[in-house]
Amino acid sequence: MVPTSYYLVLSAILFTIGVAAFLIKRNIITVFMSIELMLNAVNLSFVAFAHQWHQVNGQIFVFFVMVVAAAEAAVGLAIIIAIFRTRNTLNVDEIDLMKL
Amino acid sequence: MHLILFFIFGGLCVAGALNLLLQRHPINSALSLIVVMSSLAVLYLLLGAEFLAAAQVIVYSGAIMVLFTFVIMLLNAGREERTHGSKAAYLVGFPGAAALLALLVYVFLSYRGQLGGVSLGEYLVTTSDLSRVLFHELLLPFEVTSILILVAILGAVALARKEQ
Amino acid sequence: MTGSLNLWLIPLVPFAGFLVNGLIGRKLPKAFATAVALIATLIPFLHVVKIWFQFPSLTVPYVESLGTWIWTGNFHADFALQLDQLTMIMLLVVTGVGFLIHIYSVGYMAHEEGYWRFFAYLNLFMFFMLTLVLSENFLLMFVGWEGVGLASYLLIGFYFLRDSAVNAGKKAFVVNRIGDFGFLLAMFLLVAHFGTLSFSEVFAQVSQHPEWQGGFLTAIALFLVLGATGKSAQIPLYTWLPDAMEGPTPVSALIHAATMVTAGVYMVARTHIIFDRSPLALSTVAIIGAATAFFAATVGMVQTDIKRVLAYSTVSQLGYMFLACGVAAYSSAIFHLITHAFFKGLLFLAAGSVIHALGGEQDMRVMGGLRKKIPITFWTMTAAVFAISGIPPFAGFFSKDEILYQAFISGGLGRILWFVGLVTAGLTSFYMFRLWYLTFTGESRANEIEEHGAAVHARSDSKLVVEAEHAHGVHESPWVMLLPLILLAILATTGGFLGVPSAMGGHDEIGHFLEPLLGSGAHAAGGESSGLALSLAAVSVLVALTGLFAAHILYKAKPELPHKLATQLRALYALLLNKYWVDQIYGALIVTPLLLVSRYLLKGLIDRGVIDGAGFAAGATAQGFGAIVQRVQSGNIRSYAGWLALGAAVLLIVSYFGFTAHF
Repeated sequence: MVPTSYYLVLSAILFTIGVAAFLIKRNIITVFMSIELMLNAVNLSFVAFAHQWHQVNGQIFVFFVMVVAAAEAAVGLAIIIAIFRTRNTLNVDEIDLMKL
Repeated sequence: MHLILFFIFGGLCVAGALNLLLQRHPINSALSLIVVMSSLAVLYLLLGAEFLAAAQVIVYSGAIMVLFTFVIMLLNAGREERTHGSKAAYLVGFPGAAALLALLVYVFLSYRGQLGGVSLGEYLVTTSDLSRVLFHELLLPFEVTSILILVAILGAVALARKEQ
Repeated sequence: MTGSLNLWLIPLVPFAGFLVNGLIGRKLPKAFATAVALIATLIPFLHVVKIWFQFPSLTVPYVESLGTWIWTGNFHADFALQLDQLTMIMLLVVTGVGFLIHIYSVGYMAHEEGYWRFFAYLNLFMFFMLTLVLSENFLLMFVGWEGVGLASYLLIGFYFLRDSAVNAGKKAFVVNRIGDFGFLLAMFLLVAHFGTLSFSEVFAQVSQHPEWQGGFLTAIALFLVLGATGKSAQIPLYTWLPDAMEGPTPVSALIHAATMVTAGVYMVARTHIIFDRSPLALSTVAIIGAATAFFAATVGMVQTDIKRVLAYSTVSQLGYMFLACGVAAYSSAIFHLITHAFFKGLLFLAAGSVIHALGGEQDMRVMGGLRKKIPITFWTMTAAVFAISGIPPFAGFFSKDEILYQAFISGGLGRILWFVGLVTAGLTSFYMFRLWYLTFTGESRANEIEEHGAAVHARSDSKLVVEAEHAHGVHESPWVMLLPLILLAILATTGGFLGVPSAMGGHDEIGHFLEPLLGSGAHAAGGESSGLALSLAAVSVLVALTGLFAAHILYKAKPELPHKLATQLRALYALLLNKYWVDQIYGALIVTPLLLVSRYLLKGLIDRGVIDGAGFAAGATAQGFGAIVQRVQSGNIRSYAGWLALGAAVLLIVSYFGFTAHF
């Protein structure tokens, strides 16, 4: 029997690592991946609570989060490709102007 | 038993996440993230969410991360260079993140008593339970989501297309 | 009491004349402007004469209130006019002499550009001067005081295209302003101590408190004296009057001889109740008067411009009036004011006639031999010269002698002042006869222009004169100019009979007329000692004749003597010729430091540095802040993320602890 709070703490740790990765990494794709990590962390806490309160709604929410994350990943990566084509760099620090 | 499983796969998650953080090459980070996703799928199983565990593996690790990998290989992203970008990220961001962690951990641990525990098999959500809610009460959001995905596909195709 | 005297007509008719001529005079023919100006001065004069005939039946002071001006709390000031003996005399002088000078100006300014403007300003001056003498309180008097200063500025700078004229106008105004500052301070003190500025109330309060001596009354009196020295061109604020000769000659006659400059004397006489309580103030007035009289006379002795001589003469004669006030012989001062208006006005008008005859020449060194050519001018000017020199039976003798007598019998200081006045009388006689000899007698020196070079030829009078004038040669002035000369000459000759003292068999009508108001001098109570009076009079006449004799020697009998004396006493001569370098001293001591402070401190440091700097600094601060805040918008995703994380953490903390606080 694992206390629910352990799952939640795990989720918090994963989320924080995601934030830290976002702050540290310079490759734009890696930054994107850290966003996915954050989303996953939140998913975990949803499922944990769904189990806690014996409700299915938490899992439904995770379902929708997954869908949206997928759509977002697709579109985001397409944008990254487009940016790469024009600027020829994937370094976040160099992509800081709207217009080239 | 449950506890041991939890710690193993929880540790795997954290390890994978840390690896994502520490690796220089994005492809390594991507692979670490796949590890994280898979471990999370196991954790979902432990929490009684069968369908989600499967969906996690299929959708997240199997599709999204593969997409990431494709893009990394397409763009031939190399090792990261050390460029000095922003001091604010370090000076302001880390304290913020640390504060966030501290607060969350504090809250979760202080409510430990009221939250109760998870035991294996206590609450199982079958696919039919999930779909019942999805297609009865939440039919509209479901359909809208499909449109969302359609739009995303179109957007991705349009954006990533080579200029003619 | 008879019906309303309508005193308000007296100042307001000239004001209406100013408005008409000022606003539409330019478009209308000259005759129209003339008619308006003359009528605007004639009506007040006739009205004043009518009031004069009613005067014995009036209760004085007669006050006519035209409405409330200021009424705040306890302080009250009205548009109120008053009439008493002193006002009556001043009105007669101002309107009478003013009207004569207006007639004269019609002829003198006939060929000038801006004819309408001249008469507009002249009428404006009449308005303000009449307001000054008619006012019932200090505040309205100050309006008139300032206003005559304004009119003086406008008229001195009448030939505004000429730099010297413009500068002279500015100088007059600024120096007057210094005096006005004194007047203002006096008014503030009056309000502080008496709570009112009305003559009758202030004087009543002072009379009810015989124990008030000196102290604040001295302060008030001394500030009033400062104002008077500015307006009446006494030491130390006299420097504007000689420069004021840049204006047209009728202006010099009216404003700087007969009326405006006497405002200071009028003011001292009006407020004599205050002065009587302060021996210090009285002594100051007397000493200033005597010193100025002597000082100006010495400078007048060597001037070569005919109008400058008369200007310094005016300063000197005003000194006599101040001397009289200083020994509390106020009615003597007023008497001399009247006779001075006659003979000085006449002197200036006659000088104008001479200048007009010579086509604009003002330098006496190139005059001469005019006696036969312009006889009427000659005879009228002679009357004036005799009058000012104090030779009986002309007007100046009685008034000047009265002053000297009053000075002599007023104590130790008075004896010294008497002596100074006596010497000055001799100098006066000398320089006036010098002027007379140089201008009218001997042969014409007009051909000596080439010797003296361009400097002599400086036509400092009318620059706008039509050139055709010169072709006429030396000619007598038109009748419109001669008539006032003749009338004034008659007055200068007979005017003295108004105040013949009892010692010489007269009844001193002036003194008795003014007695209820001004007292009869500090010493007439015991009756004059007729023996002393007669002997002093004889001494004065002797001194005057000595002056005449000296002038005769130097300028008629032995004309080469002045030049020899000048070269032998070179330093003294230079001192006098340069007016003791007072203008230069003022310039270095006061004007230059003031300019430096204005230019570098006030303009450079404060205006540019502090005020502009503050504005600039505000802008720079905004820019600076903007630059700092701008750095948040870097476009760098990582920094955005950092701030996001911080913000999220703060929000969570606030909401959590805020939440639990209510638990």
